[in-house]
Amino acid sequence: MSTAVMDKAEAEAKGPASHLITVTLRIRRYNSEVSDEPWWDDFQVDVDPKDRVLDVLHTIKWEHDGTLTFRRSCAHGICGSDAMRINGRNRLACKTLIKDIGPEKPISVEPIKGLAVLKDLVVDMEPFFQAYRDVMPFLVTTGNEPTRERLQSAEDRERFDDTTKCILCAACTSSCPVFWNDGQYFGPAAIVNAHRFIFDSRDEAGEQRLEILNDKDGVWRCRTVFNCTDACPRGIQVTKAIQEVKRALITRRF
Amino acid sequence: MNNVKFHKYDTVIVGAGGAGMRAAIESTKRSRTAVLTKLYPTRSHTGAAQGGMAAALANVEEDNWEWHTFDTIKGGDYLVDQDAAEILAKEAIDSVLDLEKMGLPFNRTPQGKIDQRRFGGHSRNHGEAPVRRSCYAADRTGHMILQTLYQNCVKEGVEFFNEFYVLDLLLNDVDGVKRTAGVVAYELATGDVHVFQAKAVVFASGGNGKFFKVTSNAHTLTGDGQASAFRRGLPLEDMEFFQFHPTGIWKMGILLTEGARGEGGILRNKDGERFMEKYAPVMKDLASRDVVSRAIYTEIREGRGCGPEGDHVYLDLTHLPPEQLDAKLPDITEFARTYLGIEPYTDPVPIQPTAHYAMGGIPTNVRGEALADNDTPVPGLYAAGEVACVSVHGANRLGTNSLLDINVFGRRAGIAAAEYADTAEYVELPDEPAKFVLDEIENLRDATGSERVVEIRRALQETMDKNVMVFRTEQTLKEAVEEIGQLRRRYRNISVQDKGKRFNTDLLEAIELGNLLDLAEVTAVSALARKESRGGHYREDFPNRDDVNFMRHTMAYREVGDDGAESIRLDYKPVVQTRYQPMERKY
Repeated sequence: MSTAVMDKAEAEAKGPASHLITVTLRIRRYNSEVSDEPWWDDFQVDVDPKDRVLDVLHTIKWEHDGTLTFRRSCAHGICGSDAMRINGRNRLACKTLIKDIGPEKPISVEPIKGLAVLKDLVVDMEPFFQAYRDVMPFLVTTGNEPTRERLQSAEDRERFDDTTKCILCAACTSSCPVFWNDGQYFGPAAIVNAHRFIFDSRDEAGEQRLEILNDKDGVWRCRTVFNCTDACPRGIQVTKAIQEVKRALITRRF
Repeated sequence: MNNVKFHKYDTVIVGAGGAGMRAAIESTKRSRTAVLTKLYPTRSHTGAAQGGMAAALANVEEDNWEWHTFDTIKGGDYLVDQDAAEILAKEAIDSVLDLEKMGLPFNRTPQGKIDQRRFGGHSRNHGEAPVRRSCYAADRTGHMILQTLYQNCVKEGVEFFNEFYVLDLLLNDVDGVKRTAGVVAYELATGDVHVFQAKAVVFASGGNGKFFKVTSNAHTLTGDGQASAFRRGLPLEDMEFFQFHPTGIWKMGILLTEGARGEGGILRNKDGERFMEKYAPVMKDLASRDVVSRAIYTEIREGRGCGPEGDHVYLDLTHLPPEQLDAKLPDITEFARTYLGIEPYTDPVPIQPTAHYAMGGIPTNVRGEALADNDTPVPGLYAAGEVACVSVHGANRLGTNSLLDINVFGRRAGIAAAEYADTAEYVELPDEPAKFVLDEIENLRDATGSERVVEIRRALQETMDKNVMVFRTEQTLKEAVEEIGQLRRRYRNISVQDKGKRFNTDLLEAIELGNLLDLAEVTAVSALARKESRGGHYREDFPNRDDVNFMRHTMAYREVGDDGAESIRLDYKPVVQTRYQPMERKY
């Protein structure tokens, strides 16, 4: 009987055809095995308006063009694999519903900017992760370890809560015009992850991290454009975090 | 022809989720280690775990590891190996403290200690009442564990090979004993094949839930490690035991943590009734997951489901203060808003059970050594996390025990592997070590068959949801075995559209489907033979637990006949019992 129920749920999930709308996805393609130049492909697909952009990309890959290439894993906004530029704005494909992005017009899907495109929507993440690794993204302590946990007040824990949410999807960094123009800038995500430790009361390497970010390619390159905050799928106040790091550099208080 | 590259490491770890990275932190300190991972480490599905990690810290109320051991064994419906459960519960405490020292931002008590909350099946004094044992960071505990472990891998200089997909385990006979020689990996970016010779190999490649349709599992959870080991003649243990988490988002399967009920959330049917009171008078909504999932489907079958189709129930959080939801359950409330357009402050959230966790896997002992039979380790081979079966979860895993499992047994496997590599010699690679992988890739790329991956995968997921889910019978299981057999035959005739070398995810999905088909068959065959109901395996035709005939682990082996025909042979292994006698299981 559970079987019958599941069948019904499934039938309803697919929905009567009248729920479906036809959308056009205009996808930026690149495949060095086919051509040196990128190109655009249009795909018309029948979708449920409540579908995620990722669902539609899957439909295209599975039903129309198996060569369409993108990264994805968890499909609900936690793993950070599927950041892409959708209608000109950086988003996670699995957290963006078709109904919310104007499906009556063609929906453009491009790889995130500022990182080399390897194939279709897949970019080279290495420079992004290198910047992350460069800010010492780990807790540094000295002295004897306590037997039990280190104590931390709820207020001290709250101080850096926002920046612990980062999933390293690169939506912020690859929305930053400074990063587009200058591959040397650490970028918002690395600064967010430095912030996460600079403002952790247990950590003892805040000064070192600040010196790293005081570099010419560090935090001062930020022009406070707020693209990063708009792009963050986790709702992190990225620009605010960057400003707090700047302030800490001036006051040396954190 | 593909270009094959050779590498040599003391220890190779396959997978970079919680178990793999916890192992890597230990083994990198002790041996030259490479971590091969299909995904960038921080993409692993450990990050999707929400509610917490169990440990009897007793930070907020009286608790001890013996109660935790008992709860784990009872939760697993007495199929748990009791020596392993005791290790799990004892080492839980240091395991949580280690993570805190590595920097994990746990929620804190007013005294500044790690805060703890209630979770399903965790009780005070052997079932008296729920206990606060889950150490947590809002509803993102898995995310914090994954990030903290990755941060510490960066700190320790762990060497990762990202987007390297391990397709084969290399074993070689030396003096009549099968020994570990290495693994073969496919580099996604280039299409190159790499042979990694290693003294020790640790499988930490995660679960295989993607053979179900409604599942909390990531697209990438396709049982690659289990399938590789099985193909090389190693057994898989207890594969019939799969956990259905009670609260997945209706139709989508996205996980809504049990912590929601730990914070006071209530399950209700269409009449608004708190139905769990009928099924579990003491623990109510915090009974073990198998019990709650069956209760939900019983309500639905008896006509008390919600919605026009009566096909779901509600998770009600509306009586909880919005500040509590914001502080303790920010992510899952956002999922409800994003994917359902529902405001959990004011409206109940439609849920249904979702395929969540494989209790079974590659059998190991408590050192993390993978077993070739009931008790003989394969020299140099280790496994930890969801890919493995120690067995600490038995027939049903308790919530918060998997984040614990990956840390306790990931650490143990990493230490054991590195210590083994320290004294062992390299085992000679078998002749043409990459041949199996090269053939598989070439055959798939050149294939011109008419069958398509998407159709076979869809049919597989549909038969698994229909026949091998919460309620099973001989008839449904026979139907599943029959259909999976047909799908396996159709699979031989598939082709892929992408014939390229670079980032060929079309090809990758075809290989993953092959693994899912193999494991689905093992699951259904093992379930068919287990003529009893225990934990997550419920047989309507055998509704009672049968300790006389079935208090034993299933061990499934792949057999190849002289004519090349494949079959599955089932054997059994006794449960390790120390101090707890099986009792009737009530919550």
